[in-house]
Amino acid sequence: MRRALRGLKALAALIAGQAIVLFARLITAPRAVWRGTDPVPRQRIYFANHTSNGDFVLAWAVLPPALRERTRPVAASDYWLKSRLRAFAGRDVFRAVLIDRNPETRDEDPVEKMVAALNDGASLILFPEGGRNMGPDPLLPFKTGLYHVARRCPEVDLVPTWIENLNAILPKGEVIPLPLLCTVTFGTPVHIEAGEAKADFLTRARAALLELKPEHAP
Amino acid sequence: MSAPVEFLRLVIGLILALSVASVAGEMLRRRFGPDGTNSTIENLNGRITSWWAMLVLLTLASLFGRGGMIVLFALLSFAALREFLTLTSKSRADHCALLGSFFVVLPLQYWLVYRGWYGLYEIFIPVYAFLFMPILVALRGDTTRFLARVAETQWALMVAVFAASHVPALLTLDIPGWDGPQILLIMWLVIVVQGADVAQYAWSAVGGHHPVAARLSQSKTWEGVAGAVASAAALGGLLAWLTPFGLWQAAAMAGSVTVMGLFGGLVMTAIKRDKGVEDWGHLAAGHGGFTDRLDSVIFAAPVFFHLVRYFWAVT
Repeated sequence: MRRALRGLKALAALIAGQAIVLFARLITAPRAVWRGTDPVPRQRIYFANHTSNGDFVLAWAVLPPALRERTRPVAASDYWLKSRLRAFAGRDVFRAVLIDRNPETRDEDPVEKMVAALNDGASLILFPEGGRNMGPDPLLPFKTGLYHVARRCPEVDLVPTWIENLNAILPKGEVIPLPLLCTVTFGTPVHIEAGEAKADFLTRARAALLELKPEHAP
Repeated sequence: MSAPVEFLRLVIGLILALSVASVAGEMLRRRFGPDGTNSTIENLNGRITSWWAMLVLLTLASLFGRGGMIVLFALLSFAALREFLTLTSKSRADHCALLGSFFVVLPLQYWLVYRGWYGLYEIFIPVYAFLFMPILVALRGDTTRFLARVAETQWALMVAVFAASHVPALLTLDIPGWDGPQILLIMWLVIVVQGADVAQYAWSAVGGHHPVAARLSQSKTWEGVAGAVASAAALGGLLAWLTPFGLWQAAAMAGSVTVMGLFGGLVMTAIKRDKGVEDWGHLAAGHGGFTDRLDSVIFAAPVFFHLVRYFWAVT
């Protein structure tokens, strides 16, 4: 009985995943631009700008299905565990690596959780700004998580991933998305250099991501 | 809808013409740029592909009569509006107004066209959307670049919805002594405008010296425009049997829609330059978006519609 339920849940997650990808594609007609790399099955951390809750759905949806299957978003547990539906979406559909952003309440180190997921063979989608960017700056300073994970797994490709226009499609607090066009641009992978200082690496990674921003963006 | 002889003859003729064009395009590619390196040939082949798409879509939609045509153009408007609004200035405060553009204004405009409610569909967007959308935006209280935001949204609606809806509006015209079907007017318009685009390009390439707007486009010249108007007039005249127009009338109509189409294309290029993009969208890699393919038809449609309505139709 338990097993049947679990199978049913997995099936529901699979269908929900396909439906969400289809919906995202209909709404945003997203285009993947593989500018600095190709969609090949290497282990990767896609690090992206974060302006909307739809961000990782989009980055996830434009990946070819074979890569998507192995790619897990890193997301905040305070958001994704708030209700049962969200928990189902976060845990079962996206198989998100859920991390607790609050150092006081957490019992697990986020870096350890991400490294564990990488050791399992997964690729990750990570938003190194640490939260949604609501301000006029195109990109906030990075939190240090990306550095620590890169240090632990230096062979993993760090792919800068610029998500364009999603902020206008689903601004914070709105429910119905606008059907505008989106692009997701994948840049040249970054790797941490031996002995590279934390601040230097984060600046370099941030510059690599910012370079992908289209000029016309308001 | 019954399939009158003219319509069948036209569709078969177009299939033959496009087949020849496809084969010729493929041969040119093999000869001059086998790896897609010759951008002129790639552009030509892209156009031929989009003509096939237009022919298939128009023919399929015509099977469903006026409703089919309305749905087809509503979807094309939706695609064009999405491409346009992707590039315009907007802020979070515009969300409701923008949703309204897509999901209220656009369907209503096409419903009014479907009903043939001329008095309302001619003013619905220019007057009522124009008055009410900025109210929705103002209620949210964000005044940064307010005028630019509401004006650009209105422009998007005018071009992508209002002007474009005049193509299927041709189906609502009642022309005494001519039993159509009216879809032939649409086919004639699309063929003439698309043909004029290519003729302009060819005439400019052969003998173009004086650019119409040098900073905008080097490939559009006064010689090209003159050649295109003459070629389109000839083409329109040759196809006069599709329309209620006499030979010279058809030639004159073709000339006027050509002028509108070519200069409309120029306006759309100016907007793209302003927004710093090469193409409106990414319908297929390298071939731009829906708006890139339809810009000249969009600009020509209202003028063509009003000329036909004023001089030929029962009003």
